Amino acid sequence: MSALLSVSDLRVGFGRDPAANEVVRGVSFDLAPGETLAIVGESGSGKSVTALSVNRLIDFGGGRITSGRIVFTSANGSTLDLAQAKERTLTGVRGRDIAMIFQEPMTSLNPVMTVGEQIAEAFRLSHGLAGTAASAEARRALDRVRIPDAAQRLRAFPHQLSGGMRQRVMIAMALASNPRLLMADEPTTALDVTVQAQIMALLAELRREIGMAMIFITHDIGLVAGIADRVLVMQQGVVVEAGALGDVLDNPKHDYTRHLLQAVPHFTAGRAVRSDGGQRSVTEPIVKVDNLAVRFPVGKGLFRSRGAVHAVDGVDFDLAPGETLAIVGESGSGKSTTARALLGLVGKTGGTISVRSERGRRPIQMVFQDPFASLNPRLNVEALLAEPAIAAGQRVNVVLRERMKSLLVRVGLPEDSLSRYAHQFSGGQRQRLCIARALMLKPEVVVLDEAVSALDVSVQARVLDLLIDLQRDFGLAYLFISHDMAVVERIAHRVAVMFAGRIVEIGEAAAVLGTPQHSYTRRLIAAVPSVMRRHQQFSLDATQVPSLVKPRGYEPPRSVWREVGPDHHVREEATP
Amino acid sequence: MQVLRALLLHRSGRIGALIIVVYLGLAVLGALGLTPHNPLQPFPISRLKPPSANFWMGTDLLGRDTFSRLMVGIGESFVVAFASVAVAAGAGILIGLFAAWWGNLWDGILMRVMDVLLAFPAILLALLIIAIVGPGTPTSIAAIAIVYTPIFARVVRGPALSLKQRDFVDAARTFGSSQGYILSRHLLLNLVAPLTVQVTLALAWALLTEAGLSFLGLGSQPPSPSLGLMLADSRNLMQHAPWLMIFPGLAIMLGILGFNLTGDALRDILDPRTQRRSA
Amino acid sequence: MTYVVQRLLTFPLILLGVSIVVFFSIRLIPGDAITAMLGTEAGLLTPNQRAALASYFGIDKPVPTQYLHWLAGLFHGDLGISVIYGKPVIGVILERFPLTLELALLSMLIALVVGVPLGVLAATRSERPSDLVVRLFAMLGQSTPNFVVGLVFIFVLSVFFGRVPTMGTFTPLFVDPGDNLGQLIFPAITLGFAFAASVTRISRSAMLDVLGDDYVRTARSKGASARRVVWRHALPNALIPVVTLSGVEFGYLLGGAVIVEQVFALPGLGRLVLDAITQRDYPLVEGAVLFIALNFLVVNLLVDLAYVALDPRIRLGAR
Repeated sequence: MSALLSVSDLRVGFGRDPAANEVVRGVSFDLAPGETLAIVGESGSGKSVTALSVNRLIDFGGGRITSGRIVFTSANGSTLDLAQAKERTLTGVRGRDIAMIFQEPMTSLNPVMTVGEQIAEAFRLSHGLAGTAASAEARRALDRVRIPDAAQRLRAFPHQLSGGMRQRVMIAMALASNPRLLMADEPTTALDVTVQAQIMALLAELRREIGMAMIFITHDIGLVAGIADRVLVMQQGVVVEAGALGDVLDNPKHDYTRHLLQAVPHFTAGRAVRSDGGQRSVTEPIVKVDNLAVRFPVGKGLFRSRGAVHAVDGVDFDLAPGETLAIVGESGSGKSTTARALLGLVGKTGGTISVRSERGRRPIQMVFQDPFASLNPRLNVEALLAEPAIAAGQRVNVVLRERMKSLLVRVGLPEDSLSRYAHQFSGGQRQRLCIARALMLKPEVVVLDEAVSALDVSVQARVLDLLIDLQRDFGLAYLFISHDMAVVERIAHRVAVMFAGRIVEIGEAAAVLGTPQHSYTRRLIAAVPSVMRRHQQFSLDATQVPSLVKPRGYEPPRSVWREVGPDHHVREEATP
Repeated sequence: MQVLRALLLHRSGRIGALIIVVYLGLAVLGALGLTPHNPLQPFPISRLKPPSANFWMGTDLLGRDTFSRLMVGIGESFVVAFASVAVAAGAGILIGLFAAWWGNLWDGILMRVMDVLLAFPAILLALLIIAIVGPGTPTSIAAIAIVYTPIFARVVRGPALSLKQRDFVDAARTFGSSQGYILSRHLLLNLVAPLTVQVTLALAWALLTEAGLSFLGLGSQPPSPSLGLMLADSRNLMQHAPWLMIFPGLAIMLGILGFNLTGDALRDILDPRTQRRSA
Repeated sequence: MTYVVQRLLTFPLILLGVSIVVFFSIRLIPGDAITAMLGTEAGLLTPNQRAALASYFGIDKPVPTQYLHWLAGLFHGDLGISVIYGKPVIGVILERFPLTLELALLSMLIALVVGVPLGVLAATRSERPSDLVVRLFAMLGQSTPNFVVGLVFIFVLSVFFGRVPTMGTFTPLFVDPGDNLGQLIFPAITLGFAFAASVTRISRSAMLDVLGDDYVRTARSKGASARRVVWRHALPNALIPVVTLSGVEFGYLLGGAVIVEQVFALPGLGRLVLDAITQRDYPLVEGAVLFIALNFLVVNLLVDLAYVALDPRIRLGAR
């Protein structure tokens, strides 16, 4: 069987001197018709650049192919070296033979064109269809990607759709021409885990239907298991391992592959929860949250608000000293708002937050998701670390500097970092810096808002280990906000699951993750990708998140809890 | 210092910086009275002389040396431009910063007042002010400063609003940092780069406006030389003494060009977006 | 639509602010108005005559009363009587307005027709020679005061072509289009030069930003041709800053181009205000400045409406 795509010794560079700044350094692979190849790697591995080189979109991103061949076999059997092809030829190949979908469904759709126009354009370009024929096809395409009310959605603009819907539109557009090759560049990274499962299911189904080949690019080796036939592992522009799915996942040859497989947090349904901690019966909680509500008025301005977004409603939980309570949920669940309300960054509309502190003035500190955004780029490390101390009325002197240095060493940063600036550190190092800063005031509680989500998996694993060490050494309580079940399993003593602004299930980690009782918790856990599930079918499910916007004066009923085990409670839903 | 070095390595930034330095040198010499000829003293014998070794840029109707008058005129323009931009930037930064930080009602009130000022064309607003206090250097400074204050306020407010939403400001709030600390360290310090660009470009606009006002006879008053007035006076003589038009015209243009080139270069150097693109 | 409603509601507020600024700042002008009007002859007036004149022009009452009276007049379209012309202010303004309007429209037309294509061209050929030439043109356009451009025009025409552009008069377009264009074309090009330079620069930078956006990459991945990518996908997204800039510039031009009118001796709004100020014709200054600010605000409102048309996120409310 001849290859559909044969890439040999591909080298791609950037900038004035592409040969000196190579990001992809000699990549080779073959792809048979109908086959799915997954390219796995961390940021900077060159996986996306490799894909963008195949359809030569890399030319527009400042990249140049310095050497190598990309031989593509067209439907009529003729071959074409895409690395040498003229732009005019490439325009004919793109969309028609090779389609692509991207990571950010929000920014990847043109904001001033309706969804229908954009899909119809794909049909016009690939099939030469015009006017009504193209729109009719656009409508059928939306049906194909299981978008309800297709006729109505065609007239919508991208900003009116949810992230998952937008990615479906992208897929509908890419598949307009029934391409022979679809390249998917991290298509689910920006999406919630249950939506991710839906998109993965859709891709698998459509691939079978059309019989196209696929290049699936991801940083998440767990996702690969569900869809790929073969796997390519890349590190710093080089392929370190390639082979059939089972071989690579079960018998990794290269150290890096092994490292990736080990570093990626595997979700094991509560079997890998921490065994330390758990003296909660003896101590009083340090933070007690009771019936917390945070609402944002909608339609504000000159007129009185018509209603409010009930971002958080009726949330209760306790946090004991030295324990980790993880709050899990998807975007819009209210988990970050809860964290921010705890620190007073958003005002609470109702409820109480009581903190029983023995140490400082500010016993709760926070570490944010994005280490790039939470460090002022114009201040050096000394000024960054000194800020909490200055705010607490301390002076910057030798004693304080010694404390900074010892904290830096403790979080694994060089002692001489004080005069450096944030941009001189890597993402993981910056997050360590943020952790050190949060510890400057000797807090008792640290709120970690998706604190490891922006990091590469291997970095993520090390930061998680650091957090667990620090928790033991300093006797910290963590409120760990995350969307990632596998990460939560590693660090949490207790877990609270949030959905649509409320906690639906709360309890001991092993119980909640191992024997989930609420239907949403089950759905969330079922959606977690894992290297253990090969070619698993996800069923399509179009359940919508209920609207958080409630009319003025609306007061939700208080949650009714059912105890299903020692320290394991589930919210009773009115309709099962 | 890094910025200065980058500026000198930048193709057009180098030209812009050179023009500004030369102009500053001429202005200082002019202010010190170190001109080739007396810029004010009429010299009836040397009326309307074309450019020569003695009078590099020729002489005017009263026999005064164009080059010497240009030197003093440049000084005058620079004083007005620098002073007015300093005042406008100071006031505009404060207004924009506080509007963004306080938000809501204060933001509304401050920015609506700025909108009122913006509704007047620049020259018209300047004309009104001049009508009230009479023409002259301080008037020009005040007029141009009032015209550019709302522009600075807007330029500061937008980025300040987005900085206010940034995680490092939230982090500062969780530490309990004072408002003064947050405003100066987290907002203002991060606004230095865009403001540097804006100040340079504003200097170019201020020179343009000053030249316009003095062209209308509303800038510094005769006999003290001003570039705009020199051009206005050259109108009736342009057929016979084109140098009277060409040199002041070029002088104004080059000066403004110098600041525009520098401002553009600074934008290339300091704007994180272009940095990312070239990286 | 709340966006437009909000703009509509602040509109009268700003206009009121403008009227207060104008009215009260005029009263700050030193000297007594009657003396200013009549010059030395004012010395010959008897106190009674003075009082009669003051009451005729309504300047014998306290300033806030005068303001309220003036404001009441505004609602009937009554801006008072011009001292110089002895006619209603509104009539004097409307006489001068057609020239200003036509000049502003012509300049904007030139600026858009020249600027947008040049900006797009430069952006798509970024850092190539054609881009550098366009940027040089834009840089020069932005750095040259319009009276320099105007004088150069007059100089070149008179010295090399031996003719002087028609000056000092204005023939309305519908009376004699040829004459009209002959009078306005050079001033329009003069104003359009700097205007076109700004439009070029902003189109170029907006296009450069947009061409790096993800949806442009998507369009390319669909197999859209380079031309289609630029005109169908990128340009509509790059138009907002262009519309903003053009609107502001056009709004200011409607206030009269004082300097260019002076250079070409055109009887436009700008010179009307200049004369009114120098001759202390208070009612005329007040009326004209208010009229000009109103034009500016109306144009800005139109720009806001243009946003709504251009960007569905504004029209339909972004999340």
